Amino acid sequence: MDYTLKEMMTIVAAREIRNSDIVFCGTGISMLAAMAAKNINAPQSVIFFETGAIDSRLEDLPLAVGDSRIMYQTSSNGGLLDSFATMQNRFTRKHIVGILGAAQIDIYGNLNSTVIGDYDEPEVRFSGSGGACDVASFVSRTIIFMKQEKRKFKKRLDYLTSPGYLNGPDGREKAGLPKGGPDRVITDMGIMGFDDHTRQMFLKGYYPGITPELILENMEFKIDTSRAKEVMAPTPDELELLREKCDPLHLIL
Amino acid sequence: MKINGNKVTSLHDAIKAHVKDGCHLSIGGFTINRNPMAAVYEIIRQGIRNLHLYAHSNGQGIDELVGAKTASCLEIAYGGTGRFASTCIRFRKAVEKKQIKIEDYSNYQMTLRFLAGAMGVPFLPTRSSLGTDIIKKWGFPVEFRQKNSRLPDRKLVELENPFGAWCDIKKVVLVPAVNPDVTIIHVQKADFRGNCRIEGLTFADVEQAKAAKILIITCEDLLDDDYLKNMPDRNQIPFIHANAVVHVPYGAYPTACYRYYDYDPIYLKAYAEKAKDDKQYHSYLENTILNKKSHRDLLDSLGRERLEMISADKNRGYAKNLDRRNPVET
Repeated sequence: MDYTLKEMMTIVAAREIRNSDIVFCGTGISMLAAMAAKNINAPQSVIFFETGAIDSRLEDLPLAVGDSRIMYQTSSNGGLLDSFATMQNRFTRKHIVGILGAAQIDIYGNLNSTVIGDYDEPEVRFSGSGGACDVASFVSRTIIFMKQEKRKFKKRLDYLTSPGYLNGPDGREKAGLPKGGPDRVITDMGIMGFDDHTRQMFLKGYYPGITPELILENMEFKIDTSRAKEVMAPTPDELELLREKCDPLHLIL
Repeated sequence: MKINGNKVTSLHDAIKAHVKDGCHLSIGGFTINRNPMAAVYEIIRQGIRNLHLYAHSNGQGIDELVGAKTASCLEIAYGGTGRFASTCIRFRKAVEKKQIKIEDYSNYQMTLRFLAGAMGVPFLPTRSSLGTDIIKKWGFPVEFRQKNSRLPDRKLVELENPFGAWCDIKKVVLVPAVNPDVTIIHVQKADFRGNCRIEGLTFADVEQAKAAKILIITCEDLLDDDYLKNMPDRNQIPFIHANAVVHVPYGAYPTACYRYYDYDPIYLKAYAEKAKDDKQYHSYLENTILNKKSHRDLLDSLGRERLEMISADKNRGYAKNLDRRNPVET
């Protein structure tokens, strides 16, 4: 069966979402992954947006988290204060999984979406945190989409926008952050987890046709690959639901 | 300030009266929705300079204000317009070329800063950004802050929980209040005195409106007092905060206005393309904004069909069959 890497990434992320999850998502592939989970494997999961919409019907794919398409048939249309409070709230935050992306990631899952180069003399400026730092600070677990490239998997970030495990197993606690942190990194080659003891990234799986060696060649830092297995390719059912229910107009795929 | 009474005025006069060079300004909306674009274009036309902008993720409006060189300082969480520009282009160029001073916060922090301003307290706490460079790295150096009486001396402050381990929390981050000189929002419905009804998500408009010394409201429908007061539970901003009310149909165009019209994907895509090239961008600025007398004039030049194309379904609130795949300017 033919599928694109984008479809593979979306489905691999969707498989990580459970029926008991409240899913925070941003624009693009993260929104599509949340929609795919709802249509394929986690129909009871709830999608919500930083702009304040919760359980949007999403009849049509939004192109931004401020798109009017997220406002249609929601449980409530609030605002930014409501959505971030829901993530910081000690009861609701435990149910929330955040889906994020970034320009750079390090071995502890810390993210940079602000600048390449020096902060005061940036070579490249990106959008900045938006809600990403808030989500990464507050919620119980995050799934991170990354492109598998050496310049993106960095030994040292140029700027730490959103906290992962900071500098080790007790990094978050020492900094005063709530329990939580990155759970999965999903790239165009494979999927990573974070070790329960060291909180360092390890390779959990590689896509059909990809080897762990190839993944390591596309990272600046080394990770443990001893636990890696081949990831199951998307099934015909998964692909059909993704293509026909989630993005029939190919706005993202 | 007139608390009660009719505050209706023209867009030209509202901007002329309240948005001065060096003014601290915030605009409502989010990325590609309900940005007060007519007001943004009027600010550009009036050649206002040295604005100090406060933004969470007010994408398109902020990018156009920065691109047209109206601003010298920007405190912001996110400069992007979703799929149209994951990083706004004029914003990126201005920061990379150091044409603008920038300070980074997160969306929640900026929202809390407006709320603190609206509440009349100097700061509010959050747990966001502990351990990150958002706390460690400052865009506005201490000396710059100390010299400017309008800025707090510190960007963010970490504080041990003064209530001990109450709520199982050891530490918080304090975010300083923002009180803009002027906030401009675009809403679906307002009345002569400035009562507002926002439909769909409010984003942070209510906090931004109440934090400001001066509030300018532009609206799709300008109504009688009685109309909005008949269903008060749907109104978010009472007139006591308002200073100027301007009737501007399509006042958020080319961004969306829920239940009225969608964003215009043709305009936004063409803008993102032109923004990449300085020459093309300047010709956009000249021809599409500066050479037009008013927002009405800009809309007329696009033609009725463009506005019909983005007209919202009454039920859904957006244009169901809008072609968002390959928008092309004709």
